[in-house]
Amino acid sequence: MNSPKETTTRFVTLLLTFFLYAQAVQAHVHKGEAVSFLSGLKHPISGLDHVVAMIAVGLWGAQLGAPAIWVLPVAFPMVMAMGGMLGLLGVPLPGMEIGIAASAILLGAAVMTELRPPLALAAGLVGFFAIFHGYAHGSELPAGESGLLYSIGFVMATGCLHGVGISIGLVHRWNWGQRALRVAGAAIALAGMFFMWRVFV
Amino acid sequence: MMCASKHRRSITLAIALLSLLLPVRAEGHLPTIGLGPVYDGIFHLLLSPEDLIPVIALALLAGQRGAGSSRRVLWVLPVAWFAGGFTGMFIGTPRGSALTCFSFLLLGGLIAANAKLSVSLTTALAAMLGFFHGYLNGSGINRFNDGTYALVGLALAVFVVVALFTSFVIPLRRQWALIVVRVAGSWIAASGLLMLGWALR
Repeated sequence: MNSPKETTTRFVTLLLTFFLYAQAVQAHVHKGEAVSFLSGLKHPISGLDHVVAMIAVGLWGAQLGAPAIWVLPVAFPMVMAMGGMLGLLGVPLPGMEIGIAASAILLGAAVMTELRPPLALAAGLVGFFAIFHGYAHGSELPAGESGLLYSIGFVMATGCLHGVGISIGLVHRWNWGQRALRVAGAAIALAGMFFMWRVFV
Repeated sequence: MMCASKHRRSITLAIALLSLLLPVRAEGHLPTIGLGPVYDGIFHLLLSPEDLIPVIALALLAGQRGAGSSRRVLWVLPVAWFAGGFTGMFIGTPRGSALTCFSFLLLGGLIAANAKLSVSLTTALAAMLGFFHGYLNGSGINRFNDGTYALVGLALAVFVVVALFTSFVIPLRRQWALIVVRVAGSWIAASGLLMLGWALR
């Protein structure tokens, strides 16, 4: 009679062994699809200006608490996708880089000061900046790749960045955490100023 | 006793390591391995995000609305999918599925908004979307070459995916878990919006 521990060890050993099978990847996928998903996944995290702004959204949502903690991450991807669609269609949007840098400055400042506007105003502000971020992604999409998988990767990466921000923001329940979040907000605002400086120089 | 247990573990490990040496050819390309039309249908759904994601989305939506809606969708969606596929197989012509972005937008938006749809409305939605996606699938299937079996495989896969996802969502009670479902809906809607941009480009 095997003990449960022994059975588990055996099962895990066999399971791990199967992961070691070296097989060539020849799955039936359309041309460029796998590349597209990874390209989409990598795009939002390839630029620091996007990363800090997305994390700031999560941090701010965590500071504001319910319902902002989930309204902002639900609203952001949809508005961002609208911006992405504008970029894909080639609709001109002047001042895109300025908008992205301003998003880091203002969202960082909101986190730094623990700004508590009405929910509609917070969602409106985040949505406004989401258009610039989405537009940047949409206008930079590489040609000839699978739109669907690229879009899924790109939206997932953005959502995960919000998730990172929210997870970090959960330290808000402690006093030291509140101070740390304010410092993080200040750092994001400073980074935004640097991005703004680079736009003009 | 202890010695026997150690001996058995060594044998298991040895078998596991030996299995690493098995020469296995990588033949993921379905037409080559000839898994058969039923499996082709199953794998078509699992490897086609433009069909799989709306099925998952409908399952999430039905799960949000509870067991009653889920039971209806579980049966109606595969049947409608099969009926649509059968129709498309005989009268449809293969064409691009750009219209699937509307499924993403509609279902994702409803999930994100946690729309309080009645059982009959959810059922009607399942019938409509199932028929539409099935029709697109069927129009690309050769009716003279076991096409009906492929449709059976597709419908079976739809049934299993709906069963898995609804059974995952229905028991969710915690607030954060319900929010995760809504966030997933917003991601699906955002992907649909970006797909629309790709289609219009």
